[in-house]
Amino acid sequence: MFRWLLLILCIALPAHASEEVVLGLSQDRVAITATFDGSEILVFGAVKREAAIPEGPPLEVIVAVSGPAEPVVVRRKEKKFGIWVNVDSVLVDSAPSFYAVATSGDFDVVLNDVEDLRHRISIERAIRSVGAAMHIKGAQEFADAIIRIREKNGLYQTRENTVAVDQQTLFRTSITMPANLTEGAYQTRIFLTRNGKVVSEFETAIDVRKVGLERWLFNLSRQQPLVYGLLSLAIAIFAGWGASAIFRMLRQG
Amino acid sequence: MQIYLPIAEVSVNAFLLLGLGGFVGILSGMFGVGGGFLMTPLLFFIGIPPAVAVATEANQIVASSFSGVLAHFRRKTVDFRMGTVLLIGGLTGAAFGVVVFNYLKSMGQVDLLVKLCYVIFLGIIGGLMFIESLNAIRKSRKNIAPRKRQNHNWIHGLPFKMRFRVSGLYISIIPPIVVGVFVGILSAIMGVGGGFIMVPAMIYLLGMPTKVVIGTSLFQIIFVTAFTTLLHATTNYTVDMALAVLLLVGGVIGAQIGTRIGVYMKAEQLRVLLALMVLLVCGKLALDLLLMPSELFSLGAAGGH
Repeated sequence: MFRWLLLILCIALPAHASEEVVLGLSQDRVAITATFDGSEILVFGAVKREAAIPEGPPLEVIVAVSGPAEPVVVRRKEKKFGIWVNVDSVLVDSAPSFYAVATSGDFDVVLNDVEDLRHRISIERAIRSVGAAMHIKGAQEFADAIIRIREKNGLYQTRENTVAVDQQTLFRTSITMPANLTEGAYQTRIFLTRNGKVVSEFETAIDVRKVGLERWLFNLSRQQPLVYGLLSLAIAIFAGWGASAIFRMLRQG
Repeated sequence: MQIYLPIAEVSVNAFLLLGLGGFVGILSGMFGVGGGFLMTPLLFFIGIPPAVAVATEANQIVASSFSGVLAHFRRKTVDFRMGTVLLIGGLTGAAFGVVVFNYLKSMGQVDLLVKLCYVIFLGIIGGLMFIESLNAIRKSRKNIAPRKRQNHNWIHGLPFKMRFRVSGLYISIIPPIVVGVFVGILSAIMGVGGGFIMVPAMIYLLGMPTKVVIGTSLFQIIFVTAFTTLLHATTNYTVDMALAVLLLVGGVIGAQIGTRIGVYMKAEQLRVLLALMVLLVCGKLALDLLLMPSELFSLGAAGGH
């Protein structure tokens, strides 16, 4: 009996450990330029394995891209004295500024709840796991509001059945990023699952940065705010004078 | 063509911004108002964060007012003395206003108070101007005389009198300073030049002749909004230069056109138009506060303390 168990373990363990992700990204950095209008990143890869494809349910793939986490204040409006005003707020310690999760099948088929809780893959888990203020009564509403508002803005996306898997070996998907991105390292995680369980995990990062003039203006405004302010004024006054002079010339000439 | 704004961190259509700047610039030239009372809410509507909209709008007003005031310099319709007195009050008010603004921002109530300020001020001023200018048009001779006399009595009772030759006034400097402080506060909190308060205050309270009012208010607005821009840039880092440039390119061209249009129209007609515009913006903002919003929750960065 004990020997059988050992044998099963021996078969099972290498089978799990032997499936590894070899990943490719169409770009590992996103440059925010003056004409930046969102970006689409192609995530593709292959499953490297020493042994034959294991029996049982097919291999599923989850791709999760998460922007830098930051604290968010969620405010709720209520009607007071006839007008709608912010009455209460909840501070969510850390919520990703961007979160996209793409799966190769229906979410609850690809991943079971226990594994989701452990790896914090679904949007709900990615936020709820970190909210310290969640013990406040009705706080769930506030967490839901973050998801609802950011889903509407395209910042949070759950895309089921969008990862294409060929021969249980090759997979590919694309992640759409909107224009209003926060700068930082976007953690990109790939999970291979079988029967709802994670069998392999791979992690990399996509770097999102302002570049060129955008970078220069942003840095100047933070590091030399007075110079930045004076430059803004100089441009304003020059533009005002310039337009006046040009129109005078046009009228006379 | 979409353009990414480095400080606001949003992507918007460049032509939309140019168009907004141009439209508001025309009004600016016609009425001698900075146009901020219209532009700031419009920027909210297209998704610019309120703090960035207020600070950047102050910067843009500098450009459109400077462009506008040059035309008034040439026509000699600027009362420098009155402008300087208003300016002293304005700078004081702006400094105080930025402190209040930053405090409200940390409280999460800045949107509400900015909008409430708009509804209250625009409602009162717009309503008063509308009635006044309608009356003025109906009986153009009789209306102004009694009102002027009434103001004379009240203002002549105050000390620190000064002669303002261009305006043809000999009045105390207290009312202009108070007006200046008030407008400075509004400039910092609401992202407006304050022309919509100052122009009526100069006409009805100080009794200045309408033709010098516009040039003088533009003169004061340039310096107050420049000061506000610097304060926001150094304390909040919310002045978006790319946004400001797009708005002011449209704005300065619009202001030139507006100034020309203004020359061909009568003062009373101008005031009816301005009053209607003010009431329209007021109504729109009031509706936003009164009607139930489709989304009761809002997200904010956890700044401040």
